[in-house]
Amino acid sequence: MPTILAVDDSASMRQMVTFTLKGAGFTVIDAVDGVDALAKAKTAKVDLVLTDVNMPRMDGISLIKELRALPNFKFTPILMLTTESGTGKKTEGKSAGATGWIVKPFNPAQLLATIKKVLG
Amino acid sequence: MSMIQGLDNNSLAENVEGNQYLTFLLAGEEYGVDILRVQEIKGWDNVTMIPNTPDYIKGVINLRGTIVPIVDLRARFSLETIPYGITTVVIVLRVNSENGSRIMGIVVDAVSEVYNISDEALKQAPDFGQAISTDFVMGLGTVDDKMIIVLDIDHLLNSSVLKAIADQEVK
Amino acid sequence: MSIDISQFLDTFYEESFEGLDTMEAELLGLNAGEADPESINTIFRAAHSIKGGSGTFGLMNVADFTHVLETLLDEMRDGRRDVTQPAVDLMLTSVDVLREMLTALRNSEDIDTARVADVHDQLEALLKGDADAAEGAAVVAEGAAVEVDTPEVVKSSTRGWKIAFKPLAHLFKTGNDPVRIIKELSELGPIKAVADLSTVPEFDLLDPEECCLAWDIELEADVTEEQVNDVFAWVDEDCDLVIEAMVSDVVEEIAMPEAESAALPTLETVAEADLPKDESMPDAAPVSEEQAKVEQAKPVEVVANKQSGVAAKKPQAAESGSIRVGIDKVDALINMVGELVITQSMLNQLGEDFTMDRVQRLQDGLTELERHTRELQENVMQIRMLPISFSFNRFPRLVHDLSSKLNKKIELKMSGENTELDKTVMEKIGDPLVHLVRNSLDHGIESPEIRLEKGKPETGILHLNAYHQGGNIVIEITDDGAGLNTDRIREKAIEKNLIGKNDLLSEEKIHELIFAPGFSTANVVSDVSGRGVGMDVVKRNIRDLGGVVEVKSKQDVGSTFTIRLPLTLAILDGQLVRLGDETYIVPLVSIIESLQIKAESVSTIAGGAELYRLREEYLPIIRLHEIFEITPVNTELVNGLLVVVEGDGQQAGIFVDDLLGQQQVVIKSLETNYKKVEGLSGATILGDGTVALILDVAGLVTLSRERIKALKNQAAVA
Repeated sequence: MPTILAVDDSASMRQMVTFTLKGAGFTVIDAVDGVDALAKAKTAKVDLVLTDVNMPRMDGISLIKELRALPNFKFTPILMLTTESGTGKKTEGKSAGATGWIVKPFNPAQLLATIKKVLG
Repeated sequence: MSMIQGLDNNSLAENVEGNQYLTFLLAGEEYGVDILRVQEIKGWDNVTMIPNTPDYIKGVINLRGTIVPIVDLRARFSLETIPYGITTVVIVLRVNSENGSRIMGIVVDAVSEVYNISDEALKQAPDFGQAISTDFVMGLGTVDDKMIIVLDIDHLLNSSVLKAIADQEVK
Repeated sequence: MSIDISQFLDTFYEESFEGLDTMEAELLGLNAGEADPESINTIFRAAHSIKGGSGTFGLMNVADFTHVLETLLDEMRDGRRDVTQPAVDLMLTSVDVLREMLTALRNSEDIDTARVADVHDQLEALLKGDADAAEGAAVVAEGAAVEVDTPEVVKSSTRGWKIAFKPLAHLFKTGNDPVRIIKELSELGPIKAVADLSTVPEFDLLDPEECCLAWDIELEADVTEEQVNDVFAWVDEDCDLVIEAMVSDVVEEIAMPEAESAALPTLETVAEADLPKDESMPDAAPVSEEQAKVEQAKPVEVVANKQSGVAAKKPQAAESGSIRVGIDKVDALINMVGELVITQSMLNQLGEDFTMDRVQRLQDGLTELERHTRELQENVMQIRMLPISFSFNRFPRLVHDLSSKLNKKIELKMSGENTELDKTVMEKIGDPLVHLVRNSLDHGIESPEIRLEKGKPETGILHLNAYHQGGNIVIEITDDGAGLNTDRIREKAIEKNLIGKNDLLSEEKIHELIFAPGFSTANVVSDVSGRGVGMDVVKRNIRDLGGVVEVKSKQDVGSTFTIRLPLTLAILDGQLVRLGDETYIVPLVSIIESLQIKAESVSTIAGGAELYRLREEYLPIIRLHEIFEITPVNTELVNGLLVVVEGDGQQAGIFVDDLLGQQQVVIKSLETNYKKVEGLSGATILGDGTVALILDVAGLVTLSRERIKALKNQAAVA
């Protein structure tokens, strides 16, 4: 079963995402911000990363940069969770190495569809 | 020492309508209380006196961790008080008021029976005089030619507490 | 599939309220002009989270309101907007509005839509106020629901598309996979893909991490170019993409961008004017996503609202019924209970086959039991402890609002916020604290002009401090304001017959009079701190918590109010005393000393009151049996003991027959089933199961002093 690393500083979002993904059979590791995510990424085998952009300590863009620098994450799909008003963020994210994005607010069905598409 | 008296259901009347009452003896008269309000029946145990309370409030006891006040009904009804004996019993009741509910105990001479008295069978009580206010009495019932004075527990015990407060303020 | 996400609403509400608290705290810290970028970022993130979450959970009114707020904050953090005081104030008001909205939603109550709309309009006005063309355009663009990356090329119906897809070398490093993209494309319709191997190098020069493949794809589907583009949305900048409409079966060469624009006119003319059918669109495409979102959003909202309607209608009580506990604390408790169970079963076993030679083991077991029970007790109590910051946190906002309302300059300092106290005590001390703080702000700290006249700095300082001392928590409220006016208090007290005209009282004692009922020296009834009747209520509330409040003040220098509270409401360390046949408990914290009564030190004053001379002081002797009307075993003072206690700021001596042991007792309420009794603060159950009454020292001391005063007055009259 693929493992997904879900990063968001909002507990309700993390809960919703984790619940949705686990329900679909994925293994989920969750993290509260970039620092937490990076630490967990270094010791886990992750098949896909979902990350919010605005987080304390280390934001999503920085996290993406850091992840891409890790040998295990050179080609891992990393999706940003971004709001409509984050047009600039998408470009920034892509420059940092993001694979793509999911626009907030999204519902569980949209989330799963996108992830299934990416993971095949 | 706690002694749970077996409640005899044989004396239940045939008609299912009406309410069940636990009756007890007090100075030769038989009184009844709604069985649904009876939490338990205990033997008389030592009580801790509370200062500045009317004589009918004997004090408080420890009922499995809760502090419960005990009212001596004889004293409350201004009847002659007798020394407590082996048959002296404390009936622990759930008393309701607009503020919620409380647990209180009443000291009676002895517990009697459980009877079923229908609402129609409950007659209006005449004026008993000063001591037992008609507020305290829900009505009179008749079972096997006996007169049962059915008490309004809420009124009786809540007023006892309020009276105690009032008495204190007067002092 | 439908997943009910309303189960996460509670978490969302909780974190949103926390977020609002953070926003408020940071906003209060923003000094207009000196905006700390990290601070603004924090506020932005909080608003952003609330907006995102509320959108996700279908609370669209909250999302819409927060959107404008978030836009303002975004501009501020980018430096495109100045942080002005009016803006900060408006945002503080917005925080209030959001709190109200979320509270209403949580309790399934109506939202004050007028208020929301009003503040929303003010925010919009601020936003548009100094928006130049660029910003205006940005606002307009954000207002637009549809987000389009590529210009919409309206193409009428077409047989399909020819796509030349050439990923750039680094495409893999974005985590994208060309195969996946092509697969997604195939969801639009049947495709024929031919790989172009022309740029694949020799094997030994091959870098597997780089993409050197390209594809020519024919998609037979009646879809718009935009839909095709959307499939490649993520890799827009990571590939060369050429899309042309297919109208004939002839496979064309890979067209260069210039060639495509040349080809366009011809293609367009050939295209028919059929309206494109509504195809089911893959969820990835942003436009379709938008539509899907809109459609999805409604059912989610309905479900969410229904859920909140059906779910708990618990009113937002001032005292919350739940507490957050760190899981480590819970684990520690579980361990302790485990040990307790082991000890208990060991004792059980011991008891089954007990012989006297096992007494030592029994004693050891009992000691173990006591140790485990005590540990468990301490740890459980700890769970109810929270730092006082939860209570202090309301004050920055309060001081901010009040100081502007009163036109005073006040700086709030807080220390010891980490000091812990029982959750219930903290909830109940909130109101008294607020009253004392308001009192300091209203009557204590002077206006800037007066302060300057007095040679004080313009800005007054209010200092809140908390620390542990003994078994208590001490809270100090200090201001450098006008202090108490001793003479005025004295006059007022005489006026209200609280003291006699000729009574000699120390300054301290006069200051204490402000806590007397009905006392107020405020010249004007201000609605800030009320008529001043609050002080006696404050004192009473604190007393009900088992605590005391004192004041120390110096005119024109300032005042300090000190509150002392027990750390917990449920347990107290007590001294058992015997009086007649009854056992009473005197709280250890109130006992100063106990002594044998010396006949020479007893004096009787007019009316029968007795005083005991202890060193330099005269203490009233409290004969409990008189106050409690019980028959004493022993009426001779010299045969008994005097327990010197302090209550209500006064000292007295309680006459008892005997001192029994000391122990920790669990306080049981008398009021639950009976009522409050004067002189008692509760009851407890002793080891033998009997009930012992706990003396209310402060109450008794006051009672006895009043008795003495009454006797004195009687004697004076006689």
